[in-house]
Amino acid sequence: MTETRKIEMTVNGVRHQLEIETRVTLADCLRHHLGLTGTHLGCEHGVCGACTILVDGQAARSCLMLAVQADGAAIATVEGLAGDDGTLHPLQQAFHDNHGLQCGFCTPGMLMTLVEFLESNPDPSETEVREALSGNLCRCTGYQGIVAAALDAAQRMRAQAVGLS
Amino acid sequence: MKPPPFHYHDPRSLDQALALLASRDNAKLLAGGQSLMPMLNMRFAQPDDIIDLNRIEELSFVRHTEGGRIEIGAMTRQRELADAAVIHDRCPLMCEALRHVGHRATRNRGTIGGSLCHLDPAAELPVVAMALDATVHVQSRRGARTLAMAEFPAFYMTPAIEPDEIVTKISFEPWPAGHGAAFVEFARRHGDFAVVAVAVLLELGGDGAIHRASVVLGGVGPGPLRCAAVEAAVTGSRGGSAFQEAAATCGEIDAMEDVHASSAYRRHLAEVLTHRALDTAFTRAGGERAS
Ligand code: FES
Ligand code: FES
Repeated sequence: MTETRKIEMTVNGVRHQLEIETRVTLADCLRHHLGLTGTHLGCEHGVCGACTILVDGQAARSCLMLAVQADGAAIATVEGLAGDDGTLHPLQQAFHDNHGLQCGFCTPGMLMTLVEFLESNPDPSETEVREALSGNLCRCTGYQGIVAAALDAAQRMRAQAVGLS
Repeated sequence: MKPPPFHYHDPRSLDQALALLASRDNAKLLAGGQSLMPMLNMRFAQPDDIIDLNRIEELSFVRHTEGGRIEIGAMTRQRELADAAVIHDRCPLMCEALRHVGHRATRNRGTIGGSLCHLDPAAELPVVAMALDATVHVQSRRGARTLAMAEFPAFYMTPAIEPDEIVTKISFEPWPAGHGAAFVEFARRHGDFAVVAVAVLLELGGDGAIHRASVVLGGVGPGPLRCAAVEAAVTGSRGGSAFQEAAATCGEIDAMEDVHASSAYRRHLAEVLTHRALDTAFTRAGGERAS
């Protein structure tokens, strides 16, 4: 029994039309069907946060959605963060500068979680950052560098916003 | 590929969903997916049909009825609830509890109907619904009916609804302005299910003494546990030592034991957290401690 559906979604601004088996998760769709392997899968049952992406601007675990549920949605993944010329997003730069990653497996999920968080809370306290990241597991860093990167990124992004206005 | 094969349906109306559900033997309703999707990925659940409720707009709302009740559609996301002005203004207990429900990425998808029907023994929203004496509204092609939240849990992780029924909304009468609410829990990590959680609502009379109390524990048994003994012990009191004695009655409860905690530890937590929640709710109600 192979049941498929035609779906259409925008990923990082690019329109995709595809026919996909209804039981495929959104994470597998991104990785296997669209070749966007930046979204990582750690646990595949909603515990580790590695697969976090944005669905219509809101963070979601892509292992806990079916691809068919994203029909018509706008998806953002880690591949869309850097500029077209390769300039890192301030969050990515801050992770680089603050040793916010070691093996990098958890990083895409950390980044996408923080993108949404910093949008709603541009000037967070350390406690708020730790609370926001409590659903993302990292086996390497001990979190110190990640929290420092998040706070540093928040400051850079605030400075950028002031510069733009 | 993780989930087992199934037929996928995404009805646009409640009627369509009810018709589908009535015509299938082994169907599962997919709400926010934060519990069912893991069970599908791990193949603990192997339904023949998945009926996805996410495209049914009529099941998503938060509103005040003319009779003064608050109604919440089953597919209202936890994130939407936390942001809703009515909940913020009239039901601070739910707002405080929502901060403990998973993480932002799971609250963005997870729904109140999903939380209630999954009925994890340590989930926060069933505890809140019980503390508010909420009514659960269910519907099938055979008709609509209501259940008191107190009779909603049938047994471990199983609500008292029939296979062809869908929970459509919950409703409750908000406590009057000026009441005190507190939701306190202990979890190993922020956002995890609670080891023990407690919800407290207190209303003071004109004389400053408590004249109505609701105290419900989560995480101690298969479903939320109303603590009638604590409620009785605090009613008429003005805090202070009465709270200590009231909370001590939690030492009598029959708490469950699992990999996370022994029953003795759960009883201890129940007592300590209940005491804290009573103190906080009393202060928030504007209460002044008896000396
Ligand atoms: S892979 Fe999705 S949360 Fe772990
Ligand atoms: S950097 Fe290795 S898991 Fe986080």
